[in-house]
Amino acid sequence: MMTNLNVEINGINFKNPIITASGTFGFGMEYNDYFDVSKLGGISTKGLTILPKEGNEGRRIHEVRAGLMNSIGLQNPGVKHFIENELEEMKKLNTVILANLGGGSLEQYLEGAELLDKTDVDFIELNISCPNVTCGGMAFGIKSETARKAVSEVRKMTKKPLMVKLSPNADDIVDMAVTCVEAGADSLSLVNTFKGLAIDIYKRKAIFKNTTAGVSGACIKPIALSMVRDVAKAVDVPVIGMGGITTAYDAIEFIMAGSDAIQIGSANFIKPDISMDILKGIEEFMENQGIKSLDEIRGII
Amino acid sequence: MKSKYSTERIYSNDEISKNVYRMVVEGDYDLKPGQFYMMRAWKYEPYLSRPISVHAVGDNGIEFLYQVFGEGTALFSDLKKGDNIDLLGPLGNGFDIEEISGKVAVVVGGIGIAPMYEVMKKLKEKDQNIKIDLYAGFRDDIYSVDYMKEYADELILATEDGSTGYKGYVIDLLDCSKYDYILSCGPTPMMKALKKMTEESGTKAYFSLEDHMACGVGACLGCTCNTTRGKERICKEGPVFLGEDVKFDD
Repeated sequence: MMTNLNVEINGINFKNPIITASGTFGFGMEYNDYFDVSKLGGISTKGLTILPKEGNEGRRIHEVRAGLMNSIGLQNPGVKHFIENELEEMKKLNTVILANLGGGSLEQYLEGAELLDKTDVDFIELNISCPNVTCGGMAFGIKSETARKAVSEVRKMTKKPLMVKLSPNADDIVDMAVTCVEAGADSLSLVNTFKGLAIDIYKRKAIFKNTTAGVSGACIKPIALSMVRDVAKAVDVPVIGMGGITTAYDAIEFIMAGSDAIQIGSANFIKPDISMDILKGIEEFMENQGIKSLDEIRGII
Repeated sequence: MKSKYSTERIYSNDEISKNVYRMVVEGDYDLKPGQFYMMRAWKYEPYLSRPISVHAVGDNGIEFLYQVFGEGTALFSDLKKGDNIDLLGPLGNGFDIEEISGKVAVVVGGIGIAPMYEVMKKLKEKDQNIKIDLYAGFRDDIYSVDYMKEYADELILATEDGSTGYKGYVIDLLDCSKYDYILSCGPTPMMKALKKMTEESGTKAYFSLEDHMACGVGACLGCTCNTTRGKERICKEGPVFLGEDVKFDD
């Protein structure tokens, strides 16, 4: 039996539903030594901002039980540098490119979207959910009405498919999702990291300079899965689920909860080619269960 | 020396000093001294792999010298001959053996001695006339200097408790102006003080840095340090940085 893993999202064809998540996979080239990244459905770039960003000082990574916390602070070379340098290399990887766009202000989002609109990227994944930058980022992703303004303005700047990446820290994630779709989002990806805290008890100080940081990894999966299901039921645009996906079993849960595609984030750190293990596991599950298309199981919960 | 991800077999794993282990992993390895591997000997937990620098490449495989510090290194210390370990690497830039010549001081603190065995060996293999003095500081117990002195012209030891050699910090015994190159790996306060000393004497210095890492391949930007060129990745542009370029945090 031939399984069909093709997924079409906003008119763009993905060879399979596996996308590597922003911030965990660089610009894709970093992993090409370890497996053929063209076998991925897509790659979401490191979060880009119109101006280059140095990112946060101090500790950036802290391991927790079944996951990790990060406070990178959107370090990136800037949208222009990406377009002039990394994008060309990324195109050679022969997979769908999602340009993850962050910003410190509405103007910055708009300038970034305007530049990316003229490029070969397949999607703009609008990041209104980074918890690690002081002004902007997640500031747009907490209150639905703030997000409405940002999404509707960015919508005017681009004809590219606009995917909005939601924060689990939103006041009401379903209301946030519905609002973003009303404002012009073509698809939604969720969830970004959860706001969390870690303390060095000997120094009697927070581990991170910003006090809090983003939590990701297996430990967030059941909560993320529930949010994805709630959102998938409330909107009629494609939903890209993520949050602690580590195995094919996890991936299939997210599909059953209503995801059109999924993103693999922190698990890339466990094993560089873990996305290929997940892909193979999905195929085996489908063959084993007599499933010809993921449509048969999508959103059944 | 293409980097790869593979599962390898432990040849030996011996405690050579209290909480310090020398592990040999089977296989053929082609790498630069000062490079490192992301290592894990478990499936999902702890979540992250551990960055460990290469100690030596020997007849039986690759050697790692590590100190049991947390959960991951404690699991490494339980490994026995024949057990499996996952290696991702070699990673990072390593030392430029071709460039380094003349009189060299290798200055290490504690487990920072780990990457220098292969560095010293490769320098001597390149040119027997390179003079290498090993300055090694420890808190109390000393290790590895017994076999590393094979590649050292002079061995200068210090311990904080005075049990071996000079009582105090090893950099107190160092006159940087006597050397063409200073190569160092150790606690940040030591390297920070050494950077100041080498700037005063005008001696070229290389520091091998460490940090908590997630991906190890330059993708996550979790292990950056400050340099004169801005933030750079310890796992990719490093771990070896030119002294005049690196800025240690206050």
